[in-house]
Amino acid sequence: MNKSWISPTIDQVGVEERVTRFNTRSVKKESKMQGMLLALNMIDLTTLEGKDTAGKVKQMCYKAMHLADDIEGLPTVAAVCVYPNHVKTAKKALQGSNVKIASVATAFPSGNSSRKIKLEDVKIAVTNGADEVDMVISRGEFLAGNYNFVFDEIAAIKEACGPARLKVILETGELSTLDNVRKASDIAIYAGADFIKTSTGKIQPAATMPVTLVMLQAIKDYYDESGIMIGMKPAGGISTSKQALQYLVMLYETLGEKWMTNEWFRFGASSLANDILLQLGKEKYGVYYSGDYISKD
Amino acid sequence: MATTKNKIVKKSAPQVSSVKSVFQNYAPAPESSDHIQLKSQYDLFINGKFVKPLSKEYYDTINPATGKKIASVAKGNEKDIDAAVKSANKAFETWSKTAPKERAKYIYRIARMIQERAREFAVIETMNGGKSIRESRDIDVPLAANHFFYYAGWADKLEYAFPNRNPKPIGVAGQIIPWNFPLLMAAWKIAPALATGNTVVLKPAETTPLTALKLAEIIQESGLPDGVVNIVTGFGDCGAALVNHPQVNKIAFTGSTPVGKYIQKAIAGTSKKVTLELGGKAANIIFDDAPIDQAVEGIVNGIFFNQGHVCCAGSRLFIQENVAEKVIKKLKERMKTLIVGDPMDKNTDIGAINSQAQLDKINHYIKLGQKEGAEIFQPECSIPSHGFFCKPTLFIGTSQSHRIVQEEIFGPVLTIQTFRTIEEVIEKANNIPYGLSAGVWTDKGSKIFNLTSKLRVGVVWANTYNKFDPTSPFGGYKESGFGREGGVHGLLPYVKF
Repeated sequence: MNKSWISPTIDQVGVEERVTRFNTRSVKKESKMQGMLLALNMIDLTTLEGKDTAGKVKQMCYKAMHLADDIEGLPTVAAVCVYPNHVKTAKKALQGSNVKIASVATAFPSGNSSRKIKLEDVKIAVTNGADEVDMVISRGEFLAGNYNFVFDEIAAIKEACGPARLKVILETGELSTLDNVRKASDIAIYAGADFIKTSTGKIQPAATMPVTLVMLQAIKDYYDESGIMIGMKPAGGISTSKQALQYLVMLYETLGEKWMTNEWFRFGASSLANDILLQLGKEKYGVYYSGDYISKD
Repeated sequence: MATTKNKIVKKSAPQVSSVKSVFQNYAPAPESSDHIQLKSQYDLFINGKFVKPLSKEYYDTINPATGKKIASVAKGNEKDIDAAVKSANKAFETWSKTAPKERAKYIYRIARMIQERAREFAVIETMNGGKSIRESRDIDVPLAANHFFYYAGWADKLEYAFPNRNPKPIGVAGQIIPWNFPLLMAAWKIAPALATGNTVVLKPAETTPLTALKLAEIIQESGLPDGVVNIVTGFGDCGAALVNHPQVNKIAFTGSTPVGKYIQKAIAGTSKKVTLELGGKAANIIFDDAPIDQAVEGIVNGIFFNQGHVCCAGSRLFIQENVAEKVIKKLKERMKTLIVGDPMDKNTDIGAINSQAQLDKINHYIKLGQKEGAEIFQPECSIPSHGFFCKPTLFIGTSQSHRIVQEEIFGPVLTIQTFRTIEEVIEKANNIPYGLSAGVWTDKGSKIFNLTSKLRVGVVWANTYNKFDPTSPFGGYKESGFGREGGVHGLLPYVKF
């Protein structure tokens, strides 16, 4: 095995201090505007509820393509993220646009099922037309120290994905330490993940900046070793444009320009888009308008 | 509608190219200086009043980021020092007998007033000294206030600090402070002196007198009795007069080792007490089991904090050979994200070098390092054409015999050596006349404790660097000086038993 396979240790205090430094960066004026547009373009607009219906998915897909038609020059979001049984509906609704379809799979969000069922879940999502598959790792097996199990499972699912890109959700809120986050990141990356992702959004804490930084550093080390780029998706808990800009500063200063596109970085968020629209609307109209001016699909 | 929108957005965002260029340095975010009040001329603060210098002379203090004059400042001489010491001596009679809890009230008041005017202090500190506004705002000014708060708490508890020893104040403390942390060093010196019942004559560094003079304004407003704190600006002769004044009972000096040696000689044979906090050339040691990414951050904080104008800067980096390549690569990449430039911009990481003289000294060492054959690295960052600026600099492949390794540069210049074993690195770390601080980076607690007992330095930081706190003593071994400032230890130099 490669020498870098041994995960480096992580010092939590140091990680938090670095994050504080990112957050003192003052992003104003044109940097802020461009940053917000980029953040919009990196969003995976998400609905993952038991009560999801075709109607709800269609409405969200329209919003994905038409964030706020009164403001010119807005991008679309990067993707919509739905359960496998809604992929077909989304596919139809998004026809002709460049918005991708991501589908969660592998017994999301707990991941507690057999490998056979997980693989089947993935196949359904891909057959229905998902461009991207968001899987969850088996946290129980990871915490029990069965790293080979976790590795093999990811590798098998990557194979089942075919041409679809695989995002591996570590559910860092259940991993307890940053050392574990780093270890799980390395396992996912070496097992074939195209993206690594913090959380399902069903567990608290979801994405945090320290956790995301550790994952970005894992991506960086792998890139230095292999020249292969891996994407990053923090998900859950990022709801304001200020937070999004802070994540972009962290991305820029950790991985650099190459990652500053929605091909390599995503925000898993449902309410972030509307906060950014509120800020952009302020730039256009000079005042903050009521939230009722922004659609809530 | 949908089609026009979709034309705008291709697979990846069309904005990306412009975002790249905009995020390169972020947009300018200058801190406003509208709210500060600066006079065009500053006098000496003696006996509770601002008085004209007996020398009748003034000198210009400049902004090192622009080279432009900010104000003229009184050039105190021997006679001014004499007046200040006499006023302090007179004030000592009542101040030393003032009830400790009353003394504490004044010190608390000063602390709160610094907090209230924190933004003003931060802006002036940055204008006069060249350090980034991020540091003066987040580190210098809050820490200065905290030092006053902390020692205010000790004022009426001295018998707990020194049980059964009946601590008494010494008298007049002559305090000479450097230009790298002008307000913070004033706080480090004044706060424990007042808490223990001494009176003070403070001489700020000639290049950075303004925040000390603003502090004088606060002290005046606080109602502290006249003469308890006197602040005399001036040059080296002014400091010498203070050291040699017969009515000064204690000298507290922070600055260079040569001046420290001069003070030692000057006071030999007198009964003056002295504490010296002098130069340093600290080892920052990275073991192979360290948290590498955080260690890289610690290296950056260790040497580039305050442009490297820090006596405890981690200026000698030791990396275990099996991770050296990786650490150096990461360090170089991290340095590319450092923003060097206008200290008043909130995004600036490395501000201006304090003076032309200091910049010349640093450039001398950068040339010397290249002449000595060390490999130099500087990131391709732009630096302003006016003012005194220096790119962050690495020297790779250095050894103990290089002069850039042996001598204190006091700038953003880091020398890198590798080591193989723990014994080797301890020997090399100690193989220097200085002994102020060191950093150790490892995941193993036992290794940290092994090193803390073997490194001949006053402060060892483990898995962090350049952390300061009023409760923690700070000071050196060997030619880095003696005596401790901060914590309960910081009271000791100001009491007699």
